[in-house]
Amino acid sequence: MTVSEAFVTLDGVDHAYAGANSALAVEGLSISVKQGEFAAVVGPSGCGKSTLMKLATGLQFPRAGSVTVAGQKVSAPVKIAGMAFQAPTLLPWRTTLENLLLPLEIVEPHRSEMRRRKAEFSERARNLLTSVGLRDQGEKYPWELSGGMQQRTSLCRALIHEPQLLMLDEPFGALDAFTREELWCVIRDLQAARKITVVLVTHDLREAVFLADRVFVMSSRPGRIVVERKIELPRPRDLEVTFTPEFQDIVHELRGHIVKARQ
Amino acid sequence: MTRTNLLIKLSPWLFTIGLFVVWEAAVHIFNIPVFFLPPPTAIAQAFVDYSGPLARNSWITLQTTLIGFALAVGFGMLLGLLVGWSRAIYAGLYPLMIGFNAIPKVALVPILVLWFGIGFVPAVLTAFLISFFPIVVNVATGLATIEPELEDVLKALGASKLDIMRKVGIPRTLPYFFGSLKVAITLAFVGSVISESVASNYGIGNLMLQAQAQFQVPLIFAGLVVLAIEGIVMYAAMAILEKRMTGWAQRSGFAQA
Repeated sequence: MTVSEAFVTLDGVDHAYAGANSALAVEGLSISVKQGEFAAVVGPSGCGKSTLMKLATGLQFPRAGSVTVAGQKVSAPVKIAGMAFQAPTLLPWRTTLENLLLPLEIVEPHRSEMRRRKAEFSERARNLLTSVGLRDQGEKYPWELSGGMQQRTSLCRALIHEPQLLMLDEPFGALDAFTREELWCVIRDLQAARKITVVLVTHDLREAVFLADRVFVMSSRPGRIVVERKIELPRPRDLEVTFTPEFQDIVHELRGHIVKARQ
Repeated sequence: MTRTNLLIKLSPWLFTIGLFVVWEAAVHIFNIPVFFLPPPTAIAQAFVDYSGPLARNSWITLQTTLIGFALAVGFGMLLGLLVGWSRAIYAGLYPLMIGFNAIPKVALVPILVLWFGIGFVPAVLTAFLISFFPIVVNVATGLATIEPELEDVLKALGASKLDIMRKVGIPRTLPYFFGSLKVAITLAFVGSVISESVASNYGIGNLMLQAQAQFQVPLIFAGLVVLAIEGIVMYAAMAILEKRMTGWAQRSGFAQA
């Protein structure tokens, strides 16, 4: 794995949302994710995990401190990032394939080449669908797909423009346990194949430990990183690993940190 | 087709016929005078006797309504997009629109007459003024309820507000928009008939007013029936349009059950 220099860095970041009371959502938040690394951020609810996502993708800018992505200070939306959320947010009037093409209609340089390279882009989308087990589902509408299939589509949409950074905000939170584990494997394989940097925000400690190279634990609001835990389970990891005592110990340890963070 | 399905298909006709039968019977049983409540047969007779004026005037009312409605669609869509575009415009225009909508439109007719004289133009404008509001509100609602996550996904890719509007906002507003057309077309009839009865020499509204002056009660009711029929036909046309344009939004079996 090409784990090298820092790719996403937040340094001493304070942030509060405009309006209302200006209580800080995050305070003194520092985190550094290396290129090609899989990072997971866990913490009690309302700890500012989603704020972290918005800061790292340039949807929000910090009150204090700095955010750097790919060596550049973030001052506008980071176009090299793909995002997926708990809700698949697919457009019901577009087929699955057309949903996948949406980012390409927005982001440059694909945007201006859309007309000319439509066939090529569609092919790319179909390949991506195949790689997450949705071969030949491209012509269906999102509402004809199951929840898990919709979430796979949402992941594909986040990846279609071949981003260097993938931001996932509880992407499997709404799925049943079996589907969730299936999708863990999907995302594990995608990351292994593409060497893409992933930041996963989640409530699920097993998910974090199974997928991540490093797990960051955030404190309750205003959020900051209180613990950083390297996960040294060998890769490629099989789902079986989640039943080993080693794995359970790490989950247990992290759980202790969260309990403390909630107080 | 099963028996139940057949029954559902037939039931609108059965209920309508039933209403007229009960009406006719009631008039005869209780000996209600024709000038108070004419029986359906007398109304039908009025249709035969006055077929010329009824046809001419209903055509005028239909035209008036449709032109006013078309204006409302164009203007309502534009204003809805504008209101949905920015919170500042929304905050600024909303109280004005509520205030304007609260004004009974019949109160505007004298002003319109002052400006445009009696006849066709005030009727078109009344139909327009009364029917644009639901279109504006629905279009703006469609835009205001875009999922914030989806907005984030697109913004992170560098999408402009116009991009989000074109790719997401407008398509997702269409079901609301077409839904509002059904309400708007019915209101447009209200507007044109109000204006016709107050300030016009043509149209069903005017015809009913004259029939009233001459105590031709069956003709008044014939006018009502004409309006009801035009209303149903236009409503059905809007419903079909809605279904064709936004089939993706109507996949639930709920409404069909």
